[in-house]
This record gives sequence, structure tokens and C-alpha cells, in this order.
Amino acid sequence: MTQQILFYAFAAVLVASALAVITVKNSVHAALCLVLTFFTAASIWILAEAEFLGLALIVVYVGAVMVLFLFVVMMLDIKEEAVREGFIRFLPVGVVVAVVMLAEMLSLIGVRALQAVPLPENPALAAGSNTSWLGKALFTQFLLPFEVAALILTVALIAAVTLTLRKRGGVRSQKPGQQVLVQRDERLRVVKMASEAPSTGESP
Amino acid sequence: MISLTDILTLLPESFLTLAICALLLIDLFLKPAQRSVTHYLAIIVLAVTGWLVLQHFGEPTAFGGMFVRDGIAAVLKVFVLLTTALVFVYARPYLRDRSLFVGEYYVLCLFAVLGMMLLVSAGNLVMIYLGLELLALSSYALVALNRDSPLSSEAAMKYFVLGALASGMLLYGMSMIYGAAGSLDLNTIHAVAATSTQRGLLLFGVVFVVVGIAFKFGAAPFHMWLPDVYQGAPTAVTVFIGSAPKLAAFGMAYRLLESGLDGLGGYWQLMLALLAVLSLAIGNIAAIMQSNLKRMLAYSTISHVGFLFLGLVNGQPEGYAAAMFYAISYALTAAAAFGIILLLSRAGFEAEEISDYKGLGQRAPWYAFLMALIMFSLAGVPPLFGFFGKLLVLKAVAVPGTLWLAVVGAVFAIIGIYYYLRVVKVMYFDEPDGEAVIAGPADAPMRAVLSVNALALLVLGLTWGPLYGWCAQAFGIVR
Repeated sequence: MTQQILFYAFAAVLVASALAVITVKNSVHAALCLVLTFFTAASIWILAEAEFLGLALIVVYVGAVMVLFLFVVMMLDIKEEAVREGFIRFLPVGVVVAVVMLAEMLSLIGVRALQAVPLPENPALAAGSNTSWLGKALFTQFLLPFEVAALILTVALIAAVTLTLRKRGGVRSQKPGQQVLVQRDERLRVVKMASEAPSTGESP
Repeated sequence: MISLTDILTLLPESFLTLAICALLLIDLFLKPAQRSVTHYLAIIVLAVTGWLVLQHFGEPTAFGGMFVRDGIAAVLKVFVLLTTALVFVYARPYLRDRSLFVGEYYVLCLFAVLGMMLLVSAGNLVMIYLGLELLALSSYALVALNRDSPLSSEAAMKYFVLGALASGMLLYGMSMIYGAAGSLDLNTIHAVAATSTQRGLLLFGVVFVVVGIAFKFGAAPFHMWLPDVYQGAPTAVTVFIGSAPKLAAFGMAYRLLESGLDGLGGYWQLMLALLAVLSLAIGNIAAIMQSNLKRMLAYSTISHVGFLFLGLVNGQPEGYAAAMFYAISYALTAAAAFGIILLLSRAGFEAEEISDYKGLGQRAPWYAFLMALIMFSLAGVPPLFGFFGKLLVLKAVAVPGTLWLAVVGAVFAIIGIYYYLRVVKVMYFDEPDGEAVIAGPADAPMRAVLSVNALALLVLGLTWGPLYGWCAQAFGIVR
């Protein structure tokens, strides 16, 4: 009972904050609402006894990705009007499409169909802890997908470097390697000249 | 658990992975002038991987059914590798002229090949998704390779956003199927789909999976990204994403629909039939209006995808074999067609308008002849390769019940001939205007390979039996 009340409370917060992400005017507020969305989703996962996934969501998304995201949003200084353009104009169409889709989905599968299929036994229960089962599954049953995911991250890394690293013209940068090799006569020129009598200050 | 046999079964993929990592490091120590070393090493890597694919060792499945090594995967992999090798040869002069001749092009292409190989061998929904993402992420980066071109960046952005949307659709469908079947393994899903009495949830998942497949193929009405990406990407990248991934997409569709959801065939076959007819109509009619050759070939791709879907519609081994034959013939022909564009382009000039080909018959008779062969093959004129692809696909659907599809296919094939022949007409009967375009500064290996590729369309058209036999054998058809 408590679990159900908690679930509906979290779900309500989740949906409300997700809606806020796309409706609030200020993009910093939107990013903060997204943080709330992630946090609530993590709570729901923990409620469903997936502690590791919930914590990973908080650590990775809330802790790292969203902070970076907020940083970028603050740096970019996005004009609100430009982003909002067309939002009100397309809103009726969007609402109609969403309502039609929801009605279709409910009529096709309904809530009952989801409950009709018995879920397989939770394998984590047998292992004791969710985290240790996940760790074992990743390195035995799902070893190949795990490795392929690593390859995907490698591709992301290579692509990011390829697309952002470039040599710009007109940038002044120091070259320490050349700086330390400098010779004395490149910096200082000793000029020989005939000695002159100190002037007396009188004009000739 | 994981044993040495699993690794042995995965040897081609493992070798390719290690070779890519080695290539990435070797490339780091090369001077820009020595970049050809990367080029030749990449081709050698492809050749060795192809040889390993054809060896018979290991088990039919590995990693607990995650990875399937069967005849279908072998045929598709061999042609993915062959097409990519052709792409590398064609792309080199173009990349060099535009200071895009970097090691990352080869590394990203090879990663995409690895993704395709895993995709066509997937025995699990997770593997299908991961293979697809490996292919897609590499493709996005490749399209954006020419950062200074606004057209290229726009294409990459569109490709990325729509590709992400398609992945979302596919994942949503997969999650529904998982919810209904209680397993990610395609064999288990196959068993559940065949016996399940409550099919609502499964069917709901099937709809999204089919949408995801159609997006990745570029079938109408999910084709919007295709013309922009083909036109916007550097031609050296277009030749890659326009050829080999079609083979992988066929593999993905086969694994998902036949290996996984065969029990719901009656439903998805109707969806595919609708997508096929729409693709044939939109692709062929929109292609007539194009003045840009790359855009025209993009719309032609959409119509060819329609043909490919026709082969899948009946859910019979003959149809699958015909569709695979079609995918192979399309990949080889598309590689050659974009190869000609690459050949005629030079620094500061892209030979991508159809009017750039005016009078090519006088200026470069040999390449005009090759281009004519390629166009005839795409149009499906006998006795070229493309004709037999179309013939086999139409034969597969020309059975009672789906006869109307064969008629629709034949009608649109005839409409399609118009715009292919227009290119031939421009080459032979139009006078060159303004500055005469001569064949660009392509290197000798490219000219030779391109000639062989185009002539192979004729030779394979005349002797298509063995190749079709190989495809049929992969699907267990006794001939």
C-alpha cells in the first residue's frame, strides 16, 4: 500500500517535471526540471528494487551530465524568443496528435494487456543483491553486448575528436619548444659605433 | 559460460576490432604524405576479415545465442566487406583533393563495418540494437566529416536527429516485445510469437519495430532524411552509406521479422506491402524531378528499397533469397554509380548535377559507357545484374494473393526507367556546354577497379546463377 502511494506520488512528480522541461521559458529552469525528472525516475527504480540502476542514474545523469549541460546552457546565452518560435502555433496540432496516439495505444493494448502477461521471475532475488546479480550478468550472459557498448563509446570518442579538433588560422599560441631554443643574438643586437663627445646642450 | 569456442566463432569480428585499434595507432604516427599506408592497410584488413568469414570453424551460435553464425550472415558479411573495399578505392582521390584524406575516415568506416557484421549476426534484441547504433554513430560522424560545408553539417544534424528518433521507435517496440515475450532472445520470442494467444502487446511492438526498420532502410513514408543526407554528405561518404548499409538493413529486417516475429507474419507482411508500394511510388516519381544526380540516386534508393521489401512480403525462403540477391546487386551497382561521380569530381568541382554529364560520350567515351551500364542496371534492363534482381523479386510475389504487388512493382519499374535513361541521353545526345568536364585526376587503381565493377554488372547479369544459388543455399532452398 505504502509502495503504491509512493509510486503514484513519484509518477505525478515525474510527469509534471517532464512537462515543465518543455514548457518553462527559462532554459536554466528547464535544465533544473530535467534534473528533478531524472531524480524522480531514479526514486521509482529504487522503489522497484533496482537500487544499482537508480544510483547509477543519479551519479551519471544528475551528477555529471546535467551539471555539464547546465554549464553549457549558461555559457550559450540562448535567446528565449528564438527558441519559443512556433511553439504556440504548433501546439494544437501536437495536442491532437498526442491525444489520438494515446487513444489508439489504449484501445490496442489497454492496461489489462500489460497485466495479462506474467513477468518472469526476478533473477536478482535468487542472487541476493541486485547489484551483484547485475555485475555477474554483465560479465557472463551479456558479455558480448557489454563489449560492443564499449566499442560504441570508442566511436563516440573518435568522432568527437575528429569533429572538434581543428587547426585555426590567426590564433597566437606559445611554442615552448622553440622558445627554449632561442639564441642570444636573436634577441639582442650589439651595435658598434664611434664614441661621441657628450653634448653640452648648446645648439650648433 | 564463455569458452574458447565462442571467441573462435567470433574470430572475424574479433580480428576486425583488433585491426581497427591497431590502425588507429599506426595512423597516429604517419605523416600526412604517408596516409596511403592507412588506405592500403584498411583494404588488407577487409580482405583478411572476408577470408576469416569464409572459413568454417566455431559453432553456429556463440555467447549463449547472442551471436549467430549461419550462411545468411556469411553471404551478407562477404558483400559488406567487398563493397566497403570498393568504397575505399573510389574515395581516395576525392578525399585527397579536399584535404579530407584522414585516418579517421577509414577508422570510422571500419567501425561501421563491424557494426554491420554484428547486426547481421545478431541473435538477440540487444545485439541488434547495439550493432545498429555502432553503424549509425559512425555514419553520423562520417557525414559531418567535412565540417566547413554548411550543407554537410545540416545533413549530419538531420541524420542524427531523425536517426535518434528511429532508434527510439525501435527500442520502444523492442521493449513491448520484451514485455510480451519475457525474453530478449530471438529464438524465445519466435516460440512465444508462434503460440501466444494474447497478441495485442506483441503486435503493438511489431508496429514500432517495422517503423524502426523502415526508417533505417529509408522506406517511404520514413524517407525524408535520405535525399538531404545523400546530397549533403561528401560524395566519398555517400558512396559508403548508400551501398553497404542496405545489406545490413536487410540482415536486420530478416533477423527481427523472420527469426523473431515469424508467428505474426500475417500482420507485418501487410505493413511491408504498404511500405513497399509507397516507396516505389514516391521514390520513382520524385526521382523524375531531380536535377542533382546524388539526389536522384537517393530517390532511386527509396524505390529500390520498395523492391527489396517486395521480396520480404511473402515470408517465404524464395522471397528472402530474392531480396538478398537484390540487396547485393543494389549495393554493387550503387557503389559503382557513386564511383563515377567521384571519378568525374575534382578539387573545387563536384560532378553532381545531371547537366555536368552533358556530352560525356564524346569527352570520355569509356566512362560514359560504364555509366550507361550502371544506369541500365539500376533501371533493370536485361541482361544486366539489376534486371535479374527485379525479376527474382517479382517472381517471388507473383503468386495468388500478392499478384497485385507484382503488377505495381512492374509498373513502377517501367516508370523508373525514364529518369535513368535521361542520364544516358544527356551523356550521349547533349552537346557539352561551357567548360568541358574531363575525367578528374583519379588514380590508376580507382579507374581499373571502377571499370571492373561496372563490367561485373554485365558479367553477373549474364551468369547470375551461382550467386543466386549461394543466396538460395543460405536460406536452405534445395534447387
